[in-house]
Amino acid sequence: MAFSTTTANFTSQPFSFNAPSPTSHVKLLITPTSASPFFGSTRKLRLPSSSIFNLHRRSGTVVGVSQVVKEKKPKSTLNLLITKEEGLELYEDMVLGRAFEDMCAQMYYRGKMFGFVHLYNGQEAVSTGFIKLLKQQDSVVSTYRDHVHALSKGVPARAVMSELFGKTTGCCRGQGGSMHMFSREHNLLGGFAFIGEGIPVATGAAFTSKYKREVLKEADCDHVTLAFFGDGTCNNGQFFECLNMAALWKLPIVFVVENNLWAIGMSHLRATSDPQIYKKGPAFGMPGIHVDGMDVLKVRDVAKEAIARARRGDGPTLVECETYRFRGHSLADPDELRDPAEKARYAARDPIAALKKYIIENNLTSEAELKAIDKKIDEVLEDAVEFADESPLPPRSQLLENVFADPKGFGIGPDGRYRCEDPKFTQGTAHV
Amino acid sequence: MLGVVRQKMLGQSLPKIRPVVSVLRSYSSAAKQMTVRDALNSALDEEMSADPKVFLMGEEVGEYQGAYKISKGLLDKYGPERVRDTPITEAGFAGIGVGAAYYGLKPVVEFMTFNFSMQAIDHIINSAAKSNYMSAGQMSVPIVFRGPNGAAAGVGAQHSQCYAAWYASCPGLKVLTPYSSEDARGLLKAAIRDPDPVVFLENELLYGESFPVSDEVLDSSFCLPIGKAKIERVGRDVTITAFSKMVGHALKAAEILEKDGIDAEVINLRSIRPLDRSTINASVRKTNRLITVEEGFPQHGVGAEICASVVEESFAYLDAPVERIAGADIPMPYAANLERMAVPQVEDIVRAAKRACYRSVPLAAAA
Repeated sequence: MAFSTTTANFTSQPFSFNAPSPTSHVKLLITPTSASPFFGSTRKLRLPSSSIFNLHRRSGTVVGVSQVVKEKKPKSTLNLLITKEEGLELYEDMVLGRAFEDMCAQMYYRGKMFGFVHLYNGQEAVSTGFIKLLKQQDSVVSTYRDHVHALSKGVPARAVMSELFGKTTGCCRGQGGSMHMFSREHNLLGGFAFIGEGIPVATGAAFTSKYKREVLKEADCDHVTLAFFGDGTCNNGQFFECLNMAALWKLPIVFVVENNLWAIGMSHLRATSDPQIYKKGPAFGMPGIHVDGMDVLKVRDVAKEAIARARRGDGPTLVECETYRFRGHSLADPDELRDPAEKARYAARDPIAALKKYIIENNLTSEAELKAIDKKIDEVLEDAVEFADESPLPPRSQLLENVFADPKGFGIGPDGRYRCEDPKFTQGTAHV
Repeated sequence: MLGVVRQKMLGQSLPKIRPVVSVLRSYSSAAKQMTVRDALNSALDEEMSADPKVFLMGEEVGEYQGAYKISKGLLDKYGPERVRDTPITEAGFAGIGVGAAYYGLKPVVEFMTFNFSMQAIDHIINSAAKSNYMSAGQMSVPIVFRGPNGAAAGVGAQHSQCYAAWYASCPGLKVLTPYSSEDARGLLKAAIRDPDPVVFLENELLYGESFPVSDEVLDSSFCLPIGKAKIERVGRDVTITAFSKMVGHALKAAEILEKDGIDAEVINLRSIRPLDRSTINASVRKTNRLITVEEGFPQHGVGAEICASVVEESFAYLDAPVERIAGADIPMPYAANLERMAVPQVEDIVRAAKRACYRSVPLAAAA
């Protein structure tokens, strides 16, 4: 088959990706045509040794955050993983995610939000760690647990909150809801309720990026797509279909598994024959990496490399982030099956607390500044709730809008003209 | 007798008077003959050459030249990036098509038969059809899902289902069912240019059939409007609606009925969603009798929808109950004689028309 003729172009393609930290200079020692050194976990990477890369190797096993923080106590300030600005950005994003979800729970129990609401508490490190490395034109595809992905990608809190309240000022005008967040401006492609549904769509977005570069000759198109999904999805057929096609066609995508060990009440270990999801990557010809998803710095480290790999044109990566959701599957889930001891163990590894500790211990900034961020986020959320409260409900005329991009799709009315041309069309009943 | 009948086609008038029955191939003195296969191929070719964002994706569309040779020659012309052979992953590549369509590409996703679309139906309905609505207009999906639909010859139960009714019940989709080469060309071009997801249901047994095509049809900008049915044969006594292969059967039945003095009007629906209720109802108001013909399963089928529409809008005009002819309510059998019994035949349509006209016994020809 004649697909791989253009891969030669990718290795020489310069990428305009700006990365201040030293890990960006890691070039994975592989060419597109060589077979093996890369297939497998990061342990097999031939990397120059330094404390940074000790971290890489350590990310092949699960470690508690407290252990990591001990090891990360810097030998000198030059070995810090983040700058002050980056630290504050990460902190603010995670706090926004956490506070937003807590506010959602409050609003739900007050009746302002309804339907299915799936909260992201505890998993913020994955969203922040990955999405904050993206450009505006890069895409993110998510599942029903998408509020925090939307916020990290840049959708304003007001727009997300209004959408959840079902108001017309929401990011989807109240037509999508909690599980269907879309934003053209921020390249957030949803928001899908069916698990596994977003993975092919994300693969398609990555396909478009490559198509634009190769066929439409837009030479600077190097957009990367991230697909977020959970452990339950990794047993679904569409997941495997897309791992195959993404590797086959070398698409610029990163498959991010948010393994929080539970699919509603089904434990990952009860549902999966081989629970180590990252191993499924090499089976399809792409690297599979396992990372501690409760530690935003580690996630960010791995994300940098995976995204750079995609942007270079070296193809997809499968990243398994071991994480945990502090709340139930949704606000309707009584969450009785999970062991309280397990919950307590993970609560001790709270990613926000861990980052805060790291920032303070390395003197990146003062506690007061972090508290100021907390306060600022509280104000943002209060404003978002107020905005959503005061926004109007969608008018009746909105019922029939947006079903088609070309509303002639509603067909011809009894008078022989297209229904949509009748000015009273949207005032009538829903009968079409 | 027949005389010369001016063809009345809504929204489109031909510059010359055409013979009514397009099945009679001997009337091709002025027009060229073209098979449906060539019509589809030429439509794809022209749309791909006009817009580099159009690409074809599916199983065997490239090197095999298309499972039914519809995409013959396209790989050589446009290259493997635009004519993509896929692995056998309907759900995967249908979803990839949707993701690509979000970003403005125009995928034409081929299913080897629409039976296999059931493996991808999540993407056709949930991500293609509903995305524009869920995103409030931000993500439109200009995708075309095409492939052969309905019964072929002796292919058994899992390869013979007609999906018109299922897809047509879903808001956000447009569902087209071409019959002739003109339909095939015009509707496929319209589908590819359309900014919404279109399910394009072809028919394998029609691929090899030839139809006359005028120069207008052969022009590369030729396009048929979506949502308008075509009156293939004007009549006075009974309306017969049909789509895809059944149009041919309906026209043959009309010829037979004519000998018994029943002048049938045959409507080629062309578009199942949106259904051209206006044309159907206008016709029923003229003839007062309706027969719906389809190949698919009877319950909740296209005929049921047409009947409901006519009852809602033209009840007072009906002189006889609506007759619904559909495939048998069974999975398609394999044996040739059973298969023939499971699919509507010309005799079934003739009998139904006579029932509708309350004439079980043929009368002498009446004016």
